[in-house]
Amino acid sequence: MTGRQRDENPAGIHLPLDPLPGHTSRGRLERVLRRGEFAVTTELNPPDSADPEDVYNRAKIFDGWVDAINAVDASGANCHMSSVGICALLTRMGYAPIMQIACRDKNRIAIQGDVLGGAAMGVANMLCLTGDGVQAGDQPGAKPVFDLDSMSLLETCRIMRDNGKFLSGRKLTTPPQIFLGCAVNPFAPPYDFRPIHLGKKIAAGAQFAQTQYCFDVPMFKTFMQKARDLGHTEKLFLLCGVGPLASAKTAKWIRSNVPGIHIPDAVIKRLEGAQDQKKEGKQLCIDIINEVKEIPGVAGIHVMAYRQEEYVAEIVDESGVLKGRQPWKREIRRDDQLVAERLGHILHDEITETQVDMVKTAH
Amino acid sequence: MSDKEPAVTQATLVKKAAPKSDYKPADVSPQRRVQRTFAVRLWSIRHSRLLEWFYSRFADAFLLLHPLWKGIGYGRVEAPVKFVEKRVKGFMFDCRMCGQCVLSSTGMSCPMNCPKQLRNGPCGGVRANGNCEVEPDMPCVWVKAWEGSRNMVHGDKILTVQKPVDQSLRETSAWLRVTAQSAAAREPTQNPGASA
Repeated sequence: MTGRQRDENPAGIHLPLDPLPGHTSRGRLERVLRRGEFAVTTELNPPDSADPEDVYNRAKIFDGWVDAINAVDASGANCHMSSVGICALLTRMGYAPIMQIACRDKNRIAIQGDVLGGAAMGVANMLCLTGDGVQAGDQPGAKPVFDLDSMSLLETCRIMRDNGKFLSGRKLTTPPQIFLGCAVNPFAPPYDFRPIHLGKKIAAGAQFAQTQYCFDVPMFKTFMQKARDLGHTEKLFLLCGVGPLASAKTAKWIRSNVPGIHIPDAVIKRLEGAQDQKKEGKQLCIDIINEVKEIPGVAGIHVMAYRQEEYVAEIVDESGVLKGRQPWKREIRRDDQLVAERLGHILHDEITETQVDMVKTAH
Repeated sequence: MSDKEPAVTQATLVKKAAPKSDYKPADVSPQRRVQRTFAVRLWSIRHSRLLEWFYSRFADAFLLLHPLWKGIGYGRVEAPVKFVEKRVKGFMFDCRMCGQCVLSSTGMSCPMNCPKQLRNGPCGGVRANGNCEVEPDMPCVWVKAWEGSRNMVHGDKILTVQKPVDQSLRETSAWLRVTAQSAAAREPTQNPGASA
C-alpha cells in the first residue's frame, strides 16, 4: 500500500477532512460529488441488537464499493438501532454515514439536538425525511409526532449551519458543518408537482437528493427532463435509488404493501419468466443502473439492497459505475498491522505464564 | 396506472374480517373515525378560485371592521369569532383550528388533514390512485392541493416554504390574527398622515 487514501485525514480516519472552498461539510461524499465523480451510496440494514459488532459487520461488506452509507431512522416505522447510534459507531471507524432524520418520532427540540450531536461525532451528511406513518410499522399504536415536515426540517438544518442559530434564534457557538440531503419520489402522484416540489426542497436547503426505488426508467427520464428544465440538477446532486428484487413474489408484495414504490408489470413479468429469479432481479438492477447512469443530471446511485446487502458489491462492480475508481476503504494501518503480525499470537496462544516461569525463560 | 389492482392494506383486511357489529377500537385511525365523507372538502377544492376571490373580499371586510374589533377588544371578540370560524371552516375545509391558516397557499385544501400534517407538499407514500398512504380511502390532501392551486389566481403561493406549525396558536382564530397583523402593518403608513 502506498501511503494514505484520498479523502482521509492523516491524523486519523475518524477525524473530519480539511475544509475545502465551496464545501459546506468536511465529509467524503460532498468531495466525491463536487469533483464530478459518479457517487455510490447504500443503506445499512439496522440491527435489532445492542452489539456494535453487528453494525461493523454489516458495514464491512460495503468496504471499497460505496462512498457513503445511509443510517436509517426506523425505516418503515419499525424499531431498530437508532440512526444516531449507528452513525456514532460508523464515524469511529472512519466510514462516511448519511444520518437519516425522520420527523415521525422526534419533535423540533430533539431533532435540533441530534443534528448537533451527529455533527459533533463527525457525521457530515444528513438526510431530511418525513418518515413513514406509524401504521406501517411494528408499533401502530405509537404517537405520530410530525412536528416538522421534511421541508421545514431541511430549513431548520440550513439555518443551524448557515446562520449559526437554532430555530428559536438562539445562537450556536459552533454551527454544524453538514451536507444536506432530501428524498424525492418521482414515481408517486401528483407527478407534475414532483419536480416543482424538488425545487422547493432546494430552496429549503437540499444539496443532494436520493430517489425512491426506480423500476420505471421512462418515468424517471420524464422527471429528470423536467428537473433539468427547471435548473434543479445544477443546484443539487441527484442520486437515483435502485435495488435488486429478490423474486416476483416479493415484487408483488412490495407493490401492494409498501406505499410509494412503483413497480411496472413488465418488471414482474420479466422476473416471473426467469429460471433463477434472484439472479434475474440482480441483473434487472444492473440494467436499470446502466440506463440511469446515462441520463444527464444523475450524479450517482443509491443502492438499496434490503436483506441482499452482499449483492451491493457485485451490482456496483458489474455495472461499472465507478469506472475503476475505488471509494475509501477501511484499512488496517501499517504500524497496527506490524504489531498484529508480531504479537497477534498472544491473543490465541493458550499459555498461562507465571512469574516463576518467566524468570526461568529469561535466564 | 389505472389497470393496477387497488392496494389492500392491513387495516382493510382487519376491517373486512370482522362483522360490522363487532367492537373494533383500532380498525381505522382517529383521523378517519371522525371523518365520514370528503364531499364538502372536495367541493371547496374544486371551487378554489371562487373561494380565493371570496376569501380576499372577506379579509378586506374583516380589516375594515378593525376599529370595531379594536373597540371591543381583540381578546373579547376572540371567543365568538372562533366559535363561528371553527364551524364555518370545519364544514367547508374540515379545518383543524391550527390557528395559522394557509388555505390560500395550499389550493384550499387544509394541510392539517394530512395524517402527517405536512404543510409543504406531499410525502413519498402517495398511492398510485392518488390516495393517502395512511388513510387508503382518503384522497391525498396534497394531490388535491396541487389541483386546487392550479385553478387559483395566486396558485403559485404553493411554492413558498411554510414555517413549522406554532403549536401554541392552536384553537385560536386565524381570521382575527391575520386582521390584527395586516392592521398593524398598515399602521406606520397611516401614522404620518394622522400626525400631519
